[in-house]
Amino acid sequence: MADLVNLTIDGKAVAVPKGTLIVDAAKTIQNDIPVFCYHPKLKPVGMCRMCLVEIGTPKMDPATRQVVKDDKGVVVIAWQPKLNTACTTPVSEGMAVRTQTTVVSDAREDVLEFLLTSHPLDCPICDKGGECPLQNLTLEHGPGNSRFEYENKQHNAKHVPLGDLIYLDRERCIQCSRCIRFQDDIADDHVLQFHERGRHMEIITLSEPGFDSYFSGNTSDICPVGALTTADFRFKARPWELGSSPSVCNHCAVGCNTTLNTRLDTKTGINEIKRVMPRQNEQVNEIWLCDKGRFVHHYTRAGDRLQKPLIRQNGQLVETTWERALDLVSSKLLGASSVAAVIGDRIANEDAHLLTKLVNSNAKGETRLSPALPASYADLARDYGVGVGFDMKQLGKGDVIVVVNGDVEEQAPVWFLRLRQAVVDRGAKLIVSNHRGTKLHRYAAHIARYEQGMAAQWAAQTDDAALSTEELTKARNVLFVFGDEKLDAVSARGLAQILVGKLVAAGQIGKPNSGLLPLYPHGNTQGVFDIVAGTRHSGNPGVLSVDVAWLVGVGDTSDAPKARFSVVSELFMTALASVADVVLPALSFAEREGTYTSGDRRVQRFYRALPAVGQAKPDWWAVQEVARRMGFVWNFASPAQIFTDLAANVSYYSGLGYEVLAKTESQWPPVGRDDLYYGGTGYENDGGIGVRYASNPSVISAPTLPKMITSMSDLKGPARKLYQTGELIKRSDVMQTHIE
Amino acid sequence: MAEASAISKLMRIPVGFATVLKTLLKKPVTVQYPDEQRPMSARFRGRHHLKRYENGLERCIGCALCAAACPADAIYVEASENTNEQRFSPGERYSKTYEINMLRCIFCGYCEDACPTNAIVLEPIEFPTGYTREGMIYTKQMLLEVPPTGTPATPQVTQPGTFDRPIIPFPAIDSSV
Ligand code: SF4
Ligand code: SF4
Ligand code: SF4
Ligand code: SF4
Ligand code: FES
Repeated sequence: MADLVNLTIDGKAVAVPKGTLIVDAAKTIQNDIPVFCYHPKLKPVGMCRMCLVEIGTPKMDPATRQVVKDDKGVVVIAWQPKLNTACTTPVSEGMAVRTQTTVVSDAREDVLEFLLTSHPLDCPICDKGGECPLQNLTLEHGPGNSRFEYENKQHNAKHVPLGDLIYLDRERCIQCSRCIRFQDDIADDHVLQFHERGRHMEIITLSEPGFDSYFSGNTSDICPVGALTTADFRFKARPWELGSSPSVCNHCAVGCNTTLNTRLDTKTGINEIKRVMPRQNEQVNEIWLCDKGRFVHHYTRAGDRLQKPLIRQNGQLVETTWERALDLVSSKLLGASSVAAVIGDRIANEDAHLLTKLVNSNAKGETRLSPALPASYADLARDYGVGVGFDMKQLGKGDVIVVVNGDVEEQAPVWFLRLRQAVVDRGAKLIVSNHRGTKLHRYAAHIARYEQGMAAQWAAQTDDAALSTEELTKARNVLFVFGDEKLDAVSARGLAQILVGKLVAAGQIGKPNSGLLPLYPHGNTQGVFDIVAGTRHSGNPGVLSVDVAWLVGVGDTSDAPKARFSVVSELFMTALASVADVVLPALSFAEREGTYTSGDRRVQRFYRALPAVGQAKPDWWAVQEVARRMGFVWNFASPAQIFTDLAANVSYYSGLGYEVLAKTESQWPPVGRDDLYYGGTGYENDGGIGVRYASNPSVISAPTLPKMITSMSDLKGPARKLYQTGELIKRSDVMQTHIE
Repeated sequence: MAEASAISKLMRIPVGFATVLKTLLKKPVTVQYPDEQRPMSARFRGRHHLKRYENGLERCIGCALCAAACPADAIYVEASENTNEQRFSPGERYSKTYEINMLRCIFCGYCEDACPTNAIVLEPIEFPTGYTREGMIYTKQMLLEVPPTGTPATPQVTQPGTFDRPIIPFPAIDSSV
């Protein structure tokens, strides 16, 4: 590359892109310059002075403006008289850096001695203890003793609730401002601030309620000390005691990679999730999570999880054995005149595949998608979705991002962070069109409005210059992010079709960073749709009536199909389950393996982190057992084998398999175990970064203008909020006050 | 050859009888445990005790460093948060669950060394015995000392600001000594 800059760090030659900071350049050659305030995802501020190094540049002859060389022809380095911060100084050609000299190590000792003047050093009771950058760097670079008197330590409040999710320990805070900068520069919720100066400086929150942000948990990951703790994990366990399993968040279409930290709980006697941590995937969530993904895990160990199969006897649901329940279900299915499987969009691909396979093998069987699943446009979102090489990080100058009828922060929070950066930091052009205000409106270069429910009509008729074919053709890439808020199925499909039409007209089809990006309601909407769509299915169930219906992961819905006999696989006794004839206890995502497909079609594996609850079994197991009783010779021993079968049957998934999905690649910046001090306590990716399957932009039917909505009662489709109530969030104590 | 070895074998019998007779007249070395006990070194590491401060608060702050130090993985700690209304120990954190599996413990005393508050101490006064495996898992209630006379048991109600740090300096205690 043309703009590589050459420099030496401790005599070692490095070539890095222009503009790289010394600290990052050193990191690329495993030279760990200690930092506290610098974070590779945040703009440098040079506040803590921990990264001081000796910097020199080639000496210039003032007269000739030539580089001075000594007798041996070696370039003479003019060393700066004072140490300088490696985190704010960009590299320059010929620069020399020394990080291992006595001056540097003295400076590190001094900075640590100052940082610890009033630090409580109560590591034994600090939640960061064991994964604390201050602890680690003090051991590595600290002076070992202090000239300050112990008695003169300043004592500050140790239990300051910033909000109800995050607590501040004022004594431990080293005023690095990482938390403030995260909130300002990345989340754009300006709710934290420094207050007072000098020794009295403290972090305060300016919002009402306190620390009002969907992303507050991330500050606790990047805080280099134990000053910010989450209400959820506070004092729950020491980090070294925790088991960790790679997983995937299933609450929204982003599909954030997570690590589930688990430990035995003596109250319940079994392992439970103690905290959900981000797992680095620079393609998906980088190192961030939203608070929903982080704090809504408690349902996995809720006391009211279904533990045993239930069957209806004399009008009552009574506990029974799996044997009897499965026998009953299979005999009913064998004798049924019409069969339907209703599949929700939270269940794993493997479960959906097996159930679809079973039901479709019956000549009278059909699959239906959960009413909540936006089946009307999921095929367009897939076939005209972003390309295989899509990378939100590459969106920037010259690209156009159009957000239509969706509230990205509420419906796909981490995409909000990433789209915002594409616009604010890298100069992509944002066009927002909605019937109400959203947070993304702040950065929009152009805003369009329409009446509630009229998104498709607006898109069809708009004569906005910003959206003209000419403008869109000029753009480097065009990304349409769209949602179905307040749209019925016809309008939602209409909207998607019109957007596809615009992509085609502008010649933006087939580029990696152009296409549709749907704001689906759950974590596996696309996957379930992909599996069911190629088979005999009849879209959303409406109020059709069938003989036997098997509902899996549907949650609660008023328009489930009327069935003479219904089987419900669930985690809880939902309203739907309570009227079923057979209720089968299912395993949550944390207790089993599987895959989800995110809204941008990335197929990702999640792993088993917890033992099963009671006699609950994974849905695929129940389906297979029923199938065997019906005479099928199925021998799937694990989800991996089912996925292989899936890949052989669903063309989009061909070539994929558990091994491919488990592949990782090195990520920048490094975070996690060895690099806590650098990128925070998020986990490195050891479970696979997933694979996006190819879109298939081949046929496009002419956009049909949907029937005009004439009255408010026609308005369909949810206005989804991040914390809207549901079966899962309501079982999380820490989220109670946030549920809408 | 064969005859000589037969004779020497035969000779072992009277030697054996002689040994038995000699020992019969000696004082036995065994003691009638548990009625009788041998004197124990003052530093003998017997069963663990969880100590208290003079005012009855528990020393243990639930840090689990003992569990981390334990080579036998015998200790299980779960922590929780103190409040002034329900205070078990000084500072914010206390051990909600504290268990030692005496069958796994090798009485090395590393837990004692690791403890930042001298809360866990192996004392020579008692030996862990039991009939069941479950019974050999000593719970916090079994390990915790009784509060010094005149002090309330934990949890205590305390004044805000008096016990908000886990580790000495500890003014409230210093003045009371
Ligand atoms: S709370 Fe943590 S992240 Fe925020 S300024 Fe203090 S030390 Fe830094
Ligand atoms: S952004 Fe979506 S996928 Fe990510 S943590 Fe939040 S709810 Fe989960
Ligand atoms: S004495 Fe040794 S083995 Fe026993 S609990 Fe303590 S650290 Fe573990
Ligand atoms: S006994 Fe000591 S080391 Fe163990 S948890 Fe309690 S305070 Fe920590
Ligand atoms: S000043 Fe460079 S890391 Fe803080």
